[in-house]
Amino acid sequence: MTPMRRLAAIPATLTLAAGYVFIFLPVVVLVLFSFQDGLLPVPPLKGLSLRWYAAVFANHRLMAALGNSIVVALLSSVAATGLGFLAAYGLARRRGRFTGLAQYALVAPLTVSYLIIGLGLLVTFHLLGVPKSLLAVGVGHVVINLPLAFAILYSQMGEHQAVVERAAHDLGASDLEALLYVTVPMLWPALIASFCLSATFSWDEFIIAFLLSRFEVTLPVTIWSMLRSGLSPELNAAGTLVFVISFALVLAVELTLLRRARR
Amino acid sequence: MTAPVVALEGVAKRYGAAAALARIDLAVPRGAFVVVLGPSGSGKTTLLSIIGGFVAPSEGRVVIDGADVTALAPAKRPTATVFQDYALFPHMSVAGNVGFGLAMHGVRGAERRRRVEAALALVGLAELGRRGVHQLSGGQQQRVALARAIAVEPKVLLLDEPLGALDLALRRQMQDELSRIQRRLGTTFLHVTHDQDEAMSIADEIVLMHRGAIEDRGPPRRVYLRPRTRFAATFMGESNLIEGRVVARDRTGARIETPLGAFTLACEAPAGARVTLVLRPEHIALDPPAEGALALGPAHITAATFQGTNVRLTARAADGSPLLIRVPPGREPAIGATVPLHAAAADVVVLPGEG
Repeated sequence: MTPMRRLAAIPATLTLAAGYVFIFLPVVVLVLFSFQDGLLPVPPLKGLSLRWYAAVFANHRLMAALGNSIVVALLSSVAATGLGFLAAYGLARRRGRFTGLAQYALVAPLTVSYLIIGLGLLVTFHLLGVPKSLLAVGVGHVVINLPLAFAILYSQMGEHQAVVERAAHDLGASDLEALLYVTVPMLWPALIASFCLSATFSWDEFIIAFLLSRFEVTLPVTIWSMLRSGLSPELNAAGTLVFVISFALVLAVELTLLRRARR
Repeated sequence: MTAPVVALEGVAKRYGAAAALARIDLAVPRGAFVVVLGPSGSGKTTLLSIIGGFVAPSEGRVVIDGADVTALAPAKRPTATVFQDYALFPHMSVAGNVGFGLAMHGVRGAERRRRVEAALALVGLAELGRRGVHQLSGGQQQRVALARAIAVEPKVLLLDEPLGALDLALRRQMQDELSRIQRRLGTTFLHVTHDQDEAMSIADEIVLMHRGAIEDRGPPRRVYLRPRTRFAATFMGESNLIEGRVVARDRTGARIETPLGAFTLACEAPAGARVTLVLRPEHIALDPPAEGALALGPAHITAATFQGTNVRLTARAADGSPLLIRVPPGREPAIGATVPLHAAAADVVVLPGEG
């Protein structure tokens, strides 16, 4: 590289660095002050301590909410991935007159804000007489994650996958046998990716969970209601735990999808 | 003559208004290696898909081994396919792939292992059963696809351009292997390709397709040396097409006038009919042949290409029409030379003319 070129690269590098700082600074601050050895999560940093993590794990309200969040994330993601798979398989393999329309209709909810979906569900559940509950929150999370699961799985059911399924049929497999022995095993990475991504979105989703729950609530809703009584490093610690688990799920997606792409 | 193993009766396929296949009748003799040859878009893959059951014909019947299978799903047909891009199961071992069809047919345990091993041995992969399929080379994957289809002992094996992805040397080698395996098993092979060299080297019988119809069909030697249509003459290697008209005829033949001269040739065309003479480039000689010599007049050599086993010459006849000539290396005249050309009457094929 010529010196001139190297000089020209400096503004680009600085811009990139500024971008990263902009994105990650809030998270870094959150995590850093969860270790604050003091009563307020604001500078100056008085020393490092794990006392607020101990407080989180001793807080029954937070622990109950954590359990609720895990149950909602797991069950709603299984449902979203399962339904998304069946929709993708059906639309990819049985081409009909309304296939294109059905495809758009399935993906369309991605463009609707969570607030609108939450409001819509609130009104609908009220009409149907379904009380505010974790079940209602779970249904809401299936609604937001189904389009995503469908899009991920549909993208993996291309021509190559279709020909391999055709080979299975050619060798005597019934529809069910081809599905169980060929389609699902081949799509395993995409199914895991879809599940993890759904779980990530369910895990830190706030608006729908806030609108549709009452007595039993999820972790983001609990953190929000604790925030109303003021800042505390305990909330930073709880937030850090939420972040770490989200990050682990996204990492799992990257690893499964990237491994597949490299093959 | 025994009953054909596959019989197509008036099979047609239309996509909307476009006809992919126009009412085809085809009987495939049992135990034969039949190659369906044609350019892309000729309907050859559609034909194979209809026999395999992946495409339903718009009309007509498909009969395999005496039974009407037109309405049967691929899983229920006694066919097995070697797909163009192999379509192996990527999540299974080599043995898992080869044993899949047997498992679906309820063959279990030791019997299945024995048949998997036999199929792998036949394609020369006896040692690789435990490997994953993505660890194999393209040629090896091709063999696994073949073993997988053979293992279920189909009545007819369908091969959809199976060698298209291989390099030339490997393709030649696999052609020999396919011939050997076919003779060994005695199974009917129906092989689709657009490669006329491949078709000629492996086929007992060539079915030449063009625009959804069968143009010509017969043993490779017959289809090449005595083509029945203009398309057959030009698709199966190169040909010179010389337009002419029958000016007189008697019981044995006709006097045909062409831009290259008037010749007496055996043909059925009545006096006054327009005809096309087909002459292979390798049948044009610089010296007159011993028997039935026809003088094609002088021609001006315009270009020469060395092709190893022969030299391909481009020439211009006295009337200006272009001619292709193949001569053994070292026998070619200089570019720019004008030489007299000859052919043997027996090598000339007379076809009905255009229009």
